[in-house]
Amino acid sequence: MSILMVNEYADFTTLKELLGVTDGNLASHAKALEAESYIAVEKQFIGKKPNTSYRATKEGRKAFKDHIDALEKLIQKG
Amino acid sequence: MEKQIAIKKNFLKKYHSLHCQSKNSVLLCNSKYFCMENYLQDIQDIKKMMDKSTQFISLSGLGGIMAGVYALAGAFAIHQITSYNSGRLALNSTDFKLILAIAGAVLVLAVCTAFVLTVKKARKNGDALWSNTSKRLAINFLIPLATGGVFALLLIRLEQYGLVAPVTLLFYGLACLNASKYTLRDVRYLGITNIIIGLLATYFIGYGLEFWALGFGVCHIIYGSVMYFKYDRNN
Repeated sequence: MSILMVNEYADFTTLKELLGVTDGNLASHAKALEAESYIAVEKQFIGKKPNTSYRATKEGRKAFKDHIDALEKLIQKG
Repeated sequence: MEKQIAIKKNFLKKYHSLHCQSKNSVLLCNSKYFCMENYLQDIQDIKKMMDKSTQFISLSGLGGIMAGVYALAGAFAIHQITSYNSGRLALNSTDFKLILAIAGAVLVLAVCTAFVLTVKKARKNGDALWSNTSKRLAINFLIPLATGGVFALLLIRLEQYGLVAPVTLLFYGLACLNASKYTLRDVRYLGITNIIIGLLATYFIGYGLEFWALGFGVCHIIYGSVMYFKYDRNN
């Protein structure tokens, strides 16, 4: 989510490299985020290769921002 | 309201899950209470991930130092030629063409050396040389730089020779400033310094070569060294 907040979009391979997780791991988390409508998935073909890219939705951005705010509040309290 | 709380709890759960797993941590962060101590780490991780996905960090400091060395050598050579001609040169003389050749050689050498060293550093870091981040870096650097180049050529056409050196310094500084968002932060200060030097060169017009030596030579050596000792030595 952090990555999608500062980049307009990111494709599957980029996310996989940056996060250092396996294909299945990333796919399942992406599905979970998509189910909550926090990210939007776009599948297309680049030439003959399939390419999946993700971008954050408005709800996703709001949820992330709330998350950061909550974290900061907790840190300030403690 | 309850649904939103549930969504948020769910999101936090999954989010923590993803982050903790990506750190290869043994902690199973399925309950937020386990992660209480990790909250500060979380914020740091988020910032780190944001930077990692937008900044190209394999820029070589040593490349900057070499560029500065070439610039100073070139400036020295050009100074020798102009003082040999007692400061006055015809534009179609062989000596002037030699000066242009030296300037061109400095540019080509500096760019090639910096490129080669950056490739080496990227390979050492396991960083991809040609990625979204490096593409963004290149475009954001080249657009102001090319603008400056074209503007300088147009100034030459208008025979405004005194302004050429300041203009190149200014646009190079602006290019560095713009590109610094997508790479190491030190480039930003190199850019600002060059902008100041460019403005000084405009004020003290006529000392283009000296200010060039200062901006492209001395500054690159200083900032290149800073970057080298900050980042490259630890690896």
